[in-house]
Amino acid sequence: MAFLSTRRKLLTVLAILVIVVVVTPHTGPFLTLLITRALVFAILAMSLDILLGFTGLASLGQAAYLGVGAYLTAILATRYQFGLGWSFWAVIVLGALIGAASAALFGLIAIRATGVYFLMITLALGQCVWGLAYRWNSLTGGDNGLNLPGRPTFGVAMASDLNWFYLVFGFFAASLGILYLLVLSPFGRSLEGIREQEVRMRILGYNTWLHKYIAFVIAGAFGGLAGVLWATTNGHVSPEDVVLTTSVDALLMVVLGGSGTLVGGAIGAAAVLLLREYLSTLVPWWQYALGGVYVLTILYLPGGLMSIPARMHQWRAREPRTGTLAAVPP
Amino acid sequence: MKTPVWIGAATAACLVMGLAAAPAAADELRIGFLAPMTGPFAQVGKDMVNGFEMYLDSVKNNFGGATVKFIVEDEQAKPPVSVLKAEKLIRQDQVHMFVGGVLASTGYALAPVSTREKTVYIPSIPAADDLTQRDSGKYPYLIRTGWSSSQPVHPFGQWACEQGYKRIAVIAADYAFGYETVGGFQKSFEGCGGKIIQKIWPPLGTIDFGPFIPTIKQDADAIFTLMVGPMSLQFPKQLAASGNTKPVIGGGTSYDEFSLPFMGDEVIGHVSALQYSAALDTPKNAEFVKAYRAKYGKVPSYFSESNYTTAQLIDEVMKKTGGKWPGPEQFVATMAALKIDAVRGPVSFDEFRNPVQNIYVKKVEKKKMFAYDKDELWNTVIKTYPAVGQFWTYGKDEFLKQPVYSRDFPPCKNCE
Repeated sequence: MAFLSTRRKLLTVLAILVIVVVVTPHTGPFLTLLITRALVFAILAMSLDILLGFTGLASLGQAAYLGVGAYLTAILATRYQFGLGWSFWAVIVLGALIGAASAALFGLIAIRATGVYFLMITLALGQCVWGLAYRWNSLTGGDNGLNLPGRPTFGVAMASDLNWFYLVFGFFAASLGILYLLVLSPFGRSLEGIREQEVRMRILGYNTWLHKYIAFVIAGAFGGLAGVLWATTNGHVSPEDVVLTTSVDALLMVVLGGSGTLVGGAIGAAAVLLLREYLSTLVPWWQYALGGVYVLTILYLPGGLMSIPARMHQWRAREPRTGTLAAVPP
Repeated sequence: MKTPVWIGAATAACLVMGLAAAPAAADELRIGFLAPMTGPFAQVGKDMVNGFEMYLDSVKNNFGGATVKFIVEDEQAKPPVSVLKAEKLIRQDQVHMFVGGVLASTGYALAPVSTREKTVYIPSIPAADDLTQRDSGKYPYLIRTGWSSSQPVHPFGQWACEQGYKRIAVIAADYAFGYETVGGFQKSFEGCGGKIIQKIWPPLGTIDFGPFIPTIKQDADAIFTLMVGPMSLQFPKQLAASGNTKPVIGGGTSYDEFSLPFMGDEVIGHVSALQYSAALDTPKNAEFVKAYRAKYGKVPSYFSESNYTTAQLIDEVMKKTGGKWPGPEQFVATMAALKIDAVRGPVSFDEFRNPVQNIYVKKVEKKKMFAYDKDELWNTVIKTYPAVGQFWTYGKDEFLKQPVYSRDFPPCKNCE
């Protein structure tokens, strides 16, 4: 949206956020739940966008951090009844911390590699977390997963879907804000520098490894946060949540929405979840619709859904020139 | 006169909400059905829906005066998806009950949803033991119409002893349902003097058994298998190719009619146990198999029968209430008190809301049955254990004291 000023972009995003808050309560209980889920996934997708869009690291293991956050929440709640009251806020912090810690560990292994090797290492590490979830029966319940006793109550009962939606929305908006500030900061600019020309950045004296590592850890922290919210939204954690498909979904969401735009991840998350989870309750051919959207986006909108306004602007600007009554002199 | 916009908007909003919340016709029974419609389990899901719909058609969608609204949702054989779809059925369609799920893990994921939303849940396929054992107190709105994993293998262990088998090697799918089936078999087989000398756990979805088959102990008297889905097709083929001459016995899903038509002659003589066989020689089953074949062009599997019988049980409850929805507590209580003559034989319920039913020991044979002109593989019933409950002969108190069957329980004390 290069044709829009920064101020207008911010205002547009704010307006959309306000519309989401105002409209969601009127969409009925099931759609409210779907929108809440989309917001959680939006946080995960935005965290991945920090890597993919801003640092140029395509990770196929983002579900791992969602997984550790979700399992931490479920294990604390089922074993220690921790996180069912005000302590939920501690779980939020712990979830982000455990996400960051796992990313700090995985980053030591993964950051050395680039391109397709980075992709494969993150894939393998993600599968390790899935393997733990699936096989560590005594802790994770294995294949059966874990059922949470319920959503927390602090002052107001989060068991109410609407209250929970507002809270998740708050976390989403905060994450968007923090990540936005992050990419605007000098640190964020140097990440973009690394994406464009890592060698040049290194020659300029930047410790590119450290920059990438920190970005990786930050993405992990937000992944962990998304995990806590994901487990609490669904009331159930299963190895199925951590499986490779979830990582791929996150990646597709970012690409579909438009990588390197932050908001694009959120839009992609909303599009994919609503298409998949709402359309699949209506028609049996939902998979074709989803596939069609992916293919069309990649063919005609390499910049993702976020590039639509710019394209339209471009198209409209070009219009008079192609008309017969072109008033523009050559 | 100008009407303020907000009044118009408010009226519209009220109308929309009013429509959404309007109670449906008094005599409508809304049943949500969760079955995989896409993915590797799609064919299983088809069998499930077919079974239920066949009963619905036979009563013209009328359960004791109530018109049935039957809503199928694709649960993709994934627990998180089934939870979401159950929420959709409850919130959007306001169903009175939801039925189905395939995997045991799905059953464990759906049961808390029924408690949370105070909606009846009928696991017609998920066989996870604890749903109606140690955890049954947590799930007051759950009543099972299928079976519990270890229910058929308890008598089957007894049967294995009677065949004179002393030492059995086990090869079973590595997940909860496999553990519960093997555990039940081991408990009763070792209880009557047998020994499980080996347990091999290929991962769920294994297609190449090359690394596993050679490790089967050669001095075993028989091999016990528990396979599911595509595994059940591949394992007997590869076992036969390896030159096996030992008797092969197994859990019901290794040879159920869902996969049997696609198997080769190598499975002839294999013996398994389940609460249903399509080859059950009763007039009721003959009629069922013929009607099912006429309608869907194949032999019904236990997935079909179980859901057909579930529909029948719901119908019986609604007949008792005169077509009025009795509320979830009363519905479960009424169903739990039923004794019906189902396709699979007599079915009643124990105090944990698990069916008490016949268990059939079945041998795969190639023959013609039910007036069909070609030779086919059938699960011929060779022994019937009548009215088997989930605790077999152990007594519920003693049984519930032990932990749920797992990879490590019962411990493999005779393993070599």
